[in-house]
Amino acid sequence: MEFFRIQRDLPFMRYARTTVFLSAVVFMAALAALVTQGLNLNVDFTGGTVIDVSFAKAIPPSTVRGLLASHHYRHVRVQNYGTARKVLIRLPTARKSGKVVADRVVRLLDQKFPGTTLRSVEYVGPEVGRELADQGALALLFVAFGITAYLTLRFEWRFAVGAIVATIHDVIIVLGVFAAFHISFSLTVLAAVLAVLGYSVNDTVVVFDRIRDNFRRMRTGTPSDIIDSAITRTLSRTIMTHILTQLMVLSMLFLGGPVLFGFALALTVGIVVGTYGSVLVASPIVLWLGLKRDDLLPRAKAPGADRP
Amino acid sequence: MNQYPWWKNLLIGLILLLGVVYALPNLYGEEPAVAVSGLGGTHIDAQTLARVQSLLKAQGLPYLHAGLTAKGLLVYFRRAGEQLRARDLLAQSLGGHYNAALALASAEPAWLKAVGAKPMYLGLDLRGGVHFLLEVDMKAALDKAMGEDVDALRRTLRHHRIRYRDVSLRQERVIRMSFRNVSDMDAAEHLIARQFPELLVRSTGATRLHAVLSPAAADAKRRYALEQNLTALRRRVNELGVAAPVIESEGSSRIVVELPGVEDIARAKEILGRTATLEIHLVDSHDSLSQALAGNVPPGTRIYYSRHDQPILLYRHVVYSGDDIVNASAGLDPQNNEPVVNITLNGRGAAINARVTRHNVGQRMAVVYVEIRTHLRRNSAGVPLRGPDGHRLRVTQKIERVITAPVIREPLAGSFQISGIGSIRQARNLALLLRAGALAAPISIIAERTVGPSLGAANIARGFGATLIGFAAIAIFIAVYYRVFGVIAAIALAFNVVLLVAVLSILQATLTLPGIAGIALTVGMAIDANVLIFERIREELRNRNTPQSAIATGFTKALGTIIDSNMTTLIAGIALFWLGSGSVRGFAVTLCLGILTSLFSAVLVTRALVNLYYGRRRRLAQVAI
Repeated sequence: MEFFRIQRDLPFMRYARTTVFLSAVVFMAALAALVTQGLNLNVDFTGGTVIDVSFAKAIPPSTVRGLLASHHYRHVRVQNYGTARKVLIRLPTARKSGKVVADRVVRLLDQKFPGTTLRSVEYVGPEVGRELADQGALALLFVAFGITAYLTLRFEWRFAVGAIVATIHDVIIVLGVFAAFHISFSLTVLAAVLAVLGYSVNDTVVVFDRIRDNFRRMRTGTPSDIIDSAITRTLSRTIMTHILTQLMVLSMLFLGGPVLFGFALALTVGIVVGTYGSVLVASPIVLWLGLKRDDLLPRAKAPGADRP
Repeated sequence: MNQYPWWKNLLIGLILLLGVVYALPNLYGEEPAVAVSGLGGTHIDAQTLARVQSLLKAQGLPYLHAGLTAKGLLVYFRRAGEQLRARDLLAQSLGGHYNAALALASAEPAWLKAVGAKPMYLGLDLRGGVHFLLEVDMKAALDKAMGEDVDALRRTLRHHRIRYRDVSLRQERVIRMSFRNVSDMDAAEHLIARQFPELLVRSTGATRLHAVLSPAAADAKRRYALEQNLTALRRRVNELGVAAPVIESEGSSRIVVELPGVEDIARAKEILGRTATLEIHLVDSHDSLSQALAGNVPPGTRIYYSRHDQPILLYRHVVYSGDDIVNASAGLDPQNNEPVVNITLNGRGAAINARVTRHNVGQRMAVVYVEIRTHLRRNSAGVPLRGPDGHRLRVTQKIERVITAPVIREPLAGSFQISGIGSIRQARNLALLLRAGALAAPISIIAERTVGPSLGAANIARGFGATLIGFAAIAIFIAVYYRVFGVIAAIALAFNVVLLVAVLSILQATLTLPGIAGIALTVGMAIDANVLIFERIREELRNRNTPQSAIATGFTKALGTIIDSNMTTLIAGIALFWLGSGSVRGFAVTLCLGILTSLFSAVLVTRALVNLYYGRRRRLAQVAI
């Protein structure tokens, strides 16, 4: 079975302006969502207490909120998840440590609604949260730097620029989706965003590898033709890998439960955007930066440059 | 021809076999067990084992089997309920020289144990339990260290007959010294430079010296405080009897404590956070207590208070402290049925105790309980105050209570009894804290997570189910799309998971839910290498290459691409490991190891299988791809 028996190279570069414009629009929208709405950072980053409670029967979150407000718990957020019997209660950073507050809240709820059980408590001090946010940002920077360095070394600086732009594009769009839809952003989601980063670069590198290969083999044709041919020839692989990885991620999204939901969602969006970005954003950038055949001819001492 | 030399096939087969063996323990569950160990050098032998078995039989507690181990003995049970009852029974009946703790032992067969195969360790999100992130109060650690320096300085100066007006610790950790004349000060300066290399001394006036800790010494003190706290916490957690706890440092001043399956979180916190020790002082009976209370405290003495707020005048000098205690156990005094703590001292403590009690028969000796607690500093409205850097300010409070001050009737030596404690529960806690040793610096809980055990089980089921279904979907899809090669890739993919689980088990990595997600993601990414190879082979076939050469070229040409693309993902994984903590770190470990195992399985295992299937056929007309 084969989905793509493409005889002629598809003219991707002819539509480069359109594809890059399209992704620039999405990118700006994501950035706008990120700036105006901000990420809905969860307790990992903000600090505070999250109490996961299940009731014997369905209780509306507003009732829970009302009960807590009448006992002077301010700025409380209550939401259902999973079933109507399970709620997450978020309290801002408390003076007492988590378990103490949680026990009080559960006792309070149990008096009013018998059969209330405490499923889990999370408490994060404010200092820890701020540090984590800093560390996350630092991790992103480090990864971006490391990948640029590796690609400059193994390929050429234009490829490194193209890959980084495409990767930043992917990451911002994923973050934008989380901001626009107010989806809770946890430490696990941050891990997924970093995995998207890795996946996106991985995908880009495969296309770049073929572009480099083509430049060395094809003696005729403009750079734009050569890039078109590279993308067409890797298209089958790009789409197959995309489908297979997506199968796994979707199964996590639908079957993994609430804990894995954010993680799987970030990956789902990331894989779609990453595939688009590596083909239709990264490659045009390399072309526009003026890549020529001479840039890729094997240098005298370049290690591994004599690979077919 | 596409043939691997025999040794290569053998090597691949061997690695796969090892992978299966070391991944196998994860299929067997864990059995609840109780571990009994000896305290303070108490030996455990067949006699102890027989005693434990008869105790359990007498109470009608069924156990699966029991045996001696390197660290003591283990008794296995069928259910957790029996395990808990047995722990309580053994803890009470065996006495203070033994420690009975809950443990989880793998239910794997003996031959797997013999080759050292162990299952992965399940993280809290999968097992349930409580996670604490503790901050060590380094300011207090340095204050304490400087306080000890002040005592040592006074002693040394006196020893060398250098007369000083005052040696004391001031704010900002500066020791201020003042002397009667310049020659004394010069002598002191020389002496300190020689004997206290950790102090930086400068003169601030004709007869005054200031000393501060050198940065290197301060660093060393901080490291020591962290290490010492880790050791003390480890011993305390052991005393709590928690199965498979995690106690490790994170960064330069933090400690992570994970207690799986702990129910009594309040007690765990109480025991972990306490900074308690004992100090033994002599009672000053020559001077008048009422005079002292009126504000006329004689030099070298201080007023302490008992539990019932009774004042008592003690000499400041600490005869010996909790550091010299090697064992402490709670019990009841047979004469009056009052709770007591039996204390055993080390050689140094015993020698001091013998000397001091011999010279002071008829005098009183006070046992002072010292505890350091930290609180947030608040304003009058109860709102926590913050420092200029935005961090909450903490106050350290030292609580000192005289537990008892008995008259020395006869010279004592290495062991004695403290009475006047209150309840048996308090006696037990005091004994535990004394046994486990004091914390070098107070700690405070800065983050805390509790996961119920049922939620943990649900997380495992979900994560595992999602991975399994995702895997099946990929296998079916790829088998349909690439036919024989697809089936081979699916087999290699299964081996990839087995190998990854084996490596994680060998490293005794902690499996968390993000870790399971990491394994799942690796499966998705590992298939990329196979897709790359197969697409290349198809391309070669389209260019009218013979099947055999198409296979060979496909594998070779794809390899460079595979390595480049995996290297970049590896960079991301390493960054995550380096900067992340806790569950993110778990995810990073699985991601990085997954890249390595997937390279092996997607390139070598697939190739070996393809070679076995097609490689021998000389005239291969077509391949199913």
